[in-house]
Amino acid sequence: MTQALELAARRTLPDEGAVTRHDGAVFDLRRRRDLAAAEVPDWEALRERAAALKTHTLDHLDTYLERFEARATEAGAVVHWAEDAADLRRIATELLRAHKVERVAKSKSMLTEECGLNAHLESQGIHVVDTDLGERIVQLQGEPPSHIIVPAIHRSRAEIGALFHERMGTPRGETDPEKLTRAARRDLRSRFLSAQAGITGVNFAVAETGSIVVCTNEGNADLGMSIPRLHVACMGLEKLVPRMEDLPVFLRLLARSATGQPITAYTSVVTGPREGAELHIIVVDNGRSALLADPGHRSALGCIRCGACLNTCPVYRRAGGHAYEGPIPGPIGAVLAPALHPAGAALPHASSLCGSCTAVCPVRIDLHDQLLAWRRELPRPRGEALLGWLAALVLRSPSLYRLAGRLGRLSWPILGVRFPGNPAASWLRGRKLPRHPGASFASRWARRGQGTGP
Amino acid sequence: MEVGLFIPCYVEQLSPEVGLATARLLEVAGCTVHYDPQQTCCGQPFLNMGATASGAKLARRHLQLFERYETVVCPSGSCTATVRHRYPELGVGEEPAGRALRARTFELSEFLVNQLSRSHFGSEFPHRVALLQSCHGLRDLGLGSGSEQVHGRRSSPAEELLLAVRGLTFVPTARDECCGFGGTFAVKFPEVSARMGRARLREWAEAGAEYVTGTDVSCLLHLDGLRRKEGFGPEPIHLAELLATGDVA
Repeated sequence: MTQALELAARRTLPDEGAVTRHDGAVFDLRRRRDLAAAEVPDWEALRERAAALKTHTLDHLDTYLERFEARATEAGAVVHWAEDAADLRRIATELLRAHKVERVAKSKSMLTEECGLNAHLESQGIHVVDTDLGERIVQLQGEPPSHIIVPAIHRSRAEIGALFHERMGTPRGETDPEKLTRAARRDLRSRFLSAQAGITGVNFAVAETGSIVVCTNEGNADLGMSIPRLHVACMGLEKLVPRMEDLPVFLRLLARSATGQPITAYTSVVTGPREGAELHIIVVDNGRSALLADPGHRSALGCIRCGACLNTCPVYRRAGGHAYEGPIPGPIGAVLAPALHPAGAALPHASSLCGSCTAVCPVRIDLHDQLLAWRRELPRPRGEALLGWLAALVLRSPSLYRLAGRLGRLSWPILGVRFPGNPAASWLRGRKLPRHPGASFASRWARRGQGTGP
Repeated sequence: MEVGLFIPCYVEQLSPEVGLATARLLEVAGCTVHYDPQQTCCGQPFLNMGATASGAKLARRHLQLFERYETVVCPSGSCTATVRHRYPELGVGEEPAGRALRARTFELSEFLVNQLSRSHFGSEFPHRVALLQSCHGLRDLGLGSGSEQVHGRRSSPAEELLLAVRGLTFVPTARDECCGFGGTFAVKFPEVSARMGRARLREWAEAGAEYVTGTDVSCLLHLDGLRRKEGFGPEPIHLAELLATGDVA
């Protein structure tokens, strides 16, 4: 049976040229990550330390959340708790309305994508401008991001040039990245200055100090936090680290794993609001505490959203982020989907289980084992279950097994032809059958006459 | 050494030559080879589909059949990895006897190079050959290091064996990623799977490889199907067949 991701992949990256371009652009990030990781002699120890810190924090999350709330409040921030996506949308809308906000400058936040915040605010008459360049491109294009670090990586330069020509009046045919970036910068500058509130995500939150940490490469979050009088920060409740001294462990891993930089260009630690401004921190659950309560799957909450597992994943690179049809694509998206995004419950099957994701994850999430674990736990389609049961029956009986093999080899010429109901139809999409095997190994072994047998 | 041949179902049914070449190599290496025709499948497809109950039945059956062998050798990294590392996920093989059998189950190239310390067999294959490091062998069994592993890299037994083959030119490539087979993945996601495989074929073809070899017949059959359809790319040949040449033929 054909899976949703397979069908979507044929649409989103429709031809081999698009696939190859997307693969190359994404794999370039993997290559940069390799170089950056190689420069750190204690890279593996650093991953180990990060994994241990995440495990510890998740094991004591209630304590750290309470501590964070207390310290952030002491520092002058207001902490709100959102149980689900609707709660986040409601709290954010109420805050913006109370401040009579009509224009918001927003920096990149996968959480707000997950919770559908932009569309909701627009429907309430509040205009949101995404200020991260990649996010701005997908916003103008009217589509979701396809990657958690580089949201518009699925778009070619020519496509972005055409979009900017239409929406920002850049010269027709202009595809020079620097010129396009300059145009976006000009366009965004006035929007920053007129924004009445800034919405940001949160990369890390420090329990000990009540600080939030926002990492960007464009400084766009910093403008959004420092020009308007209202800053609304949205964070998943798993973003905590215990102490300020734990933060560098993650900062070193995050940028290297994401883009191969030693550190993000802008790393801002915000403790309380600035003079004369308000800081509201919305801590969102949206399925996370249920995941936390599941010891078999809680490791996925350690994710720092670096995107390394996407960049190394050969399935992601050949399918494109939109094929995952959820807020977070790639291996981590497929691992989180059954818990946080029920529509994507079949995604754990969208992997060849090559394990490269697990090998690059900076916090050592057992990603491909998690995919396998979900496959065991999720209900299986009835047809597949029946077929599997039948196959297992045959495989438990050597004589049935031999018979099935013989029948398969006998029907070889038919199996290679396309006809409705051909059990090999899926295989024949893009492939031919292998050469006819001749005979089974058992019969060849018997003929060999050296079968010593047990 | 007494060796029980662990013949994966797709070798049994689709690539008997690979099984014969494996036996030949083991005999040349001084082993006495036993084959029990009662064996069927180790349960890997069921494990990967999440069909735990069926997988566990096949896993228990596999352990019972192979218990009597001093050593078990298999011409497949993924089947070996299933037995050695994945059976506990099916709730099987955790008792002392099961653990011991799983630990003495080896993939062919690691058995020859790491257990018997032998990489020279007098094989001869005067061609340009690329190596597909199948993922489960690479990452689950540690037969070499994936390219993302930038520290503490280890060499791959398959590569050691290839470097000792007379006349063979090894064709290295920058990428070492999954060929797109992945068992049921290849059937559930045929186009994505084919995209992954075609990319590998293109890279090898551009590097001038005439053949691509590897430890897993399943990956090679997938690549062969793609190559026959597309009309480009190196010809797949299993490592055992490649080594069963020259003095071993």
